[in-house]
Amino acid sequence: MSADNLSSVILTLVTFTPLVGGLLLIMFPRRDRDIRVFALVLSLLTFVLSLHLPVHFRRGLTDFQFQIDRAWISTPNIHYHMGIDGISMWLVVLTTFLTPLCVLISWNSVHERVKEFFIILLILETALIGVFTSLDLFLFYFFWEATLIPMALLIGIFGHERKVYAAVKFFMYTMIASTFMLAAILWLYAHTGSFDFMEIRGQIARGAVPQFPAAAQWLFLGFFLAFAVKVPLFPFHTWLPDAHVEAPTAGSVLLAGVLLKMGTYGMLRFNLGLFPEQSRHNAWWVMVLALIGIIYGALVAMVQPNMKKLIAYSSVSHLGFVVLGIFSFTQAGLNGAMFVMLAHGISTGALFMLAGILHERRHTYEISEFGGLAGTMPVYAATYLFIVLASGGLPLLNGFIGEFLVLSGAFQAKAVYGILGATGVIWSAVYLLWMYQRVFYGKVTHPVNNSLGDLSGFEKSAIWPCAAASLVMGIAPILWLGAIDPAVQAALAPWTQVVSRVVGQ
Amino acid sequence: MISTLHPAYSQALPLSADYVRILPEIVLSVFGMIVMVLEPLLEEEQGQKVLGQIALVGTLAALGSTWFMAQSPGLAFFNMVQVDGFSVFFHVLIIAIAAVVILSSYEYMAVQRIRAGEYYALILLGVVGMALMSSAIELVLIFIALEISSIASYVLTGFRRHEAASAEASLKYFLLGSFATAFFLYGVALMFGATGSTNIDQIGRSLQAAPVPLLAFVAVALMFVGLGFKVAAAPFHIWTPDVYEGAPGPIVGLMSTAPKAAAFAVLLRIMFVINVPGRLWLIWVTAALSMTLGNVGALVQDNVKRLLAYSSIAHAGYLLVAFAATPELGTSAAMFYTASYAAMNMGAFAVVSHFAGAGERYVTLEDYKGLGRSSPLLAATLTIFLLSLIGIPMTGGFFAKFYVFSAAVKANLIWLTIIGVLNSGVGAYYYLRVIVMMYMRESRKEVPVAPIPLALGVALAVCMAATLYLGLFPSEVLRYAQDSAQQVIQRSAPEIPVPAPVSAVPASL
Repeated sequence: MSADNLSSVILTLVTFTPLVGGLLLIMFPRRDRDIRVFALVLSLLTFVLSLHLPVHFRRGLTDFQFQIDRAWISTPNIHYHMGIDGISMWLVVLTTFLTPLCVLISWNSVHERVKEFFIILLILETALIGVFTSLDLFLFYFFWEATLIPMALLIGIFGHERKVYAAVKFFMYTMIASTFMLAAILWLYAHTGSFDFMEIRGQIARGAVPQFPAAAQWLFLGFFLAFAVKVPLFPFHTWLPDAHVEAPTAGSVLLAGVLLKMGTYGMLRFNLGLFPEQSRHNAWWVMVLALIGIIYGALVAMVQPNMKKLIAYSSVSHLGFVVLGIFSFTQAGLNGAMFVMLAHGISTGALFMLAGILHERRHTYEISEFGGLAGTMPVYAATYLFIVLASGGLPLLNGFIGEFLVLSGAFQAKAVYGILGATGVIWSAVYLLWMYQRVFYGKVTHPVNNSLGDLSGFEKSAIWPCAAASLVMGIAPILWLGAIDPAVQAALAPWTQVVSRVVGQ
Repeated sequence: MISTLHPAYSQALPLSADYVRILPEIVLSVFGMIVMVLEPLLEEEQGQKVLGQIALVGTLAALGSTWFMAQSPGLAFFNMVQVDGFSVFFHVLIIAIAAVVILSSYEYMAVQRIRAGEYYALILLGVVGMALMSSAIELVLIFIALEISSIASYVLTGFRRHEAASAEASLKYFLLGSFATAFFLYGVALMFGATGSTNIDQIGRSLQAAPVPLLAFVAVALMFVGLGFKVAAAPFHIWTPDVYEGAPGPIVGLMSTAPKAAAFAVLLRIMFVINVPGRLWLIWVTAALSMTLGNVGALVQDNVKRLLAYSSIAHAGYLLVAFAATPELGTSAAMFYTASYAAMNMGAFAVVSHFAGAGERYVTLEDYKGLGRSSPLLAATLTIFLLSLIGIPMTGGFFAKFYVFSAAVKANLIWLTIIGVLNSGVGAYYYLRVIVMMYMRESRKEVPVAPIPLALGVALAVCMAATLYLGLFPSEVLRYAQDSAQQVIQRSAPEIPVPAPVSAVPASL
């Protein structure tokens, strides 16, 4: 099949390959090794398929590419409409990149119900990819809700002590919030007769939607609430630490790496795309919430005795940067927000894997249980340091680029936002390095830590790709930004005037 | 001649086509009577099975006969019965429910050691009443049909004769149910006083022509009370948990779906054809109350049957939301909802009554612990039905809610929609509790799970297929529902202006 032919079905292939794999796994006999190998092959295949996207992506075009649009259900008018732009493409690739790593990191750590685990993981991957590729609001909601169940099952079945509490809390929080989005989607359908993102966007822009001005603020809030809980934006973040602490490593990786990005992606695509004016009006309080999230998340992370909780709160802080960037309405801010999403996905994913590795050896995440590990696990310590530096925003690694761009965007919007946001960078260095110091330096206080084994082959193969990606993203961000920038410009088109005025101040 | 709406006293005798139009009812009655007659003739142990199979054949034959019925649409028996897409839809639905109930009863009757052939006869005869409700357009006939179906349900509720709970449930249901039907009858009488007719079409026409007399409001309200009781809508829902807890499992599956579907069919005809002003608020309040009370009540239940009882109250609430919408969208959304609700709820009750075992011992949430490990297939089946009840995409329950709420949004019922979607979010919690018990908790005691017998397997497969079909390819069923809704609305269209799609309030309010 030539590349052109493939391009028309590639999104369908990428989205549903994991699902097909998951369904095939159901028929597999319960031989754990075969199941693991099969899951790995399937997720790698998906990754390779998804590489078709950046390779054949036409940079510079602002339109959605690789589109496929077929009528699915005639009443209501629902289409199977998929397509990606520079924003969603990288999120798809991020998902397909992280999933094989999740399989690898779970290779030896999941012993029970192995078959169910990998089935759920693969189904989750399909749902996650679907969220980013859908251009039909209905289809989007469909995948959005579909991510809930596998994730809740991953936490609830394979998690730690308080897994059920965490799973139910996660499910209820996000489910209730997204019902508001459903109401908003239904309103849009009732008044435009379409679920198609581009069609609705066009109608709103032309002012062709009856009663829109009166309802727009509510619609904005309906979408925003669903996304804010997912991100999670302060004060909707309380489910996140629970979910992370109880989730198995692979669950945490996908939760932090991809699931949270569904929220920020939704804001970028739907809040900004459909309700440009309302986004502008509401930007001030959203940015304030984002700043609170950045600083509060960092401060709370600093005092956590539990390593995984620390990383979870650091996610609250990092995702605050993303929201800050998105609602700064500057090109730099949005580029930065996108880049932070990708960088955070990789570095925090790796941090969770590293935390999981310790948990597997010691069955605890308490920082005070460790100390002096640099001597007993040198490779692990070095890898950890690398990832910590990437996450903390050391120049030449991926965390730096995104945060820098976001902050310069925030400065353009309002200097005080930039200044406050910049303190977040300091805090993140504090909590990460302090945690690193307590875990790896000093004397070995617990004798049991003397016998801990260093990274195994599977663990290396799961984490080192993240480290490599962090480095490449830090050195050559243009490889990513080249595709992101035109999409961001297109997203910003409604404000170009406004922004130039703000910048000119 | 058939379609003349003039009082058909000129016809001395019913036409032969008239009999075709009630063919499913005739078939069901005949088979019901065959079961009754054979029952004393057969040896007890063996007879049970044979009678069950005869009943199954009866429902299948009736299902087949709906095809003939569908071929000759029109009025029958002096404008008392109306065969249109709408009534065919409900006939198929109700009879299919009966077939599934009979299939899932085989094992139940054997395990519970209930030996009584009249069980099957009562199901068949009850279904006659329910089916007739969906095609009757004459209030007196509707009342008779309602009584037929109710009396059968009262008796069926008390079939676990050795259990006090069952007798209590039966008595409670009977007493309250009689009150409710009396309300309905009183409403019919008042409506006759207000309009001089008991024919729904004529009532609709005369209410449209003149200013609506006060009596008509009272009449509609009273009829609504009677039907609200049957569909277990708040505030007429108090009986539901007790009766569902006491009644035999498969019968709860029947009671929570088929009579509800029939009552909703009647309600649809009454509410949309007799387009009384003020219906909106009546339904608005009832729907909001049912959703909220049902879901809140279900949150604290430990008995799965009671939990599903409260859930069925909540679902009646969601369904009522459709009644507040515009006629076309509302009717088709409600029809779709009844169908998918029937599929998922029947399935859930079939699993629950299989799992309950002899004497219905295992019905608490505690008993479901570890079911995911001990019998994965049963647990997975129940999970899918529960996910559908939550309204997760890819299941019928999702589209059901989706159509209902989108009809409500189209009618500008924003607050009702928000109450609805919030409720469906809250409702997820208690269904989830069951799933959590099955998959995420370890069982402490041994709960024996019998292998699934063939008949029950078929019943579950039918429910599952319907749930997934409606979740993945809802177009066909919805289109059919829309077409038949159109027929129902249009019949009264020349005289009754249909409210504009954007306004929720009837034009005359």
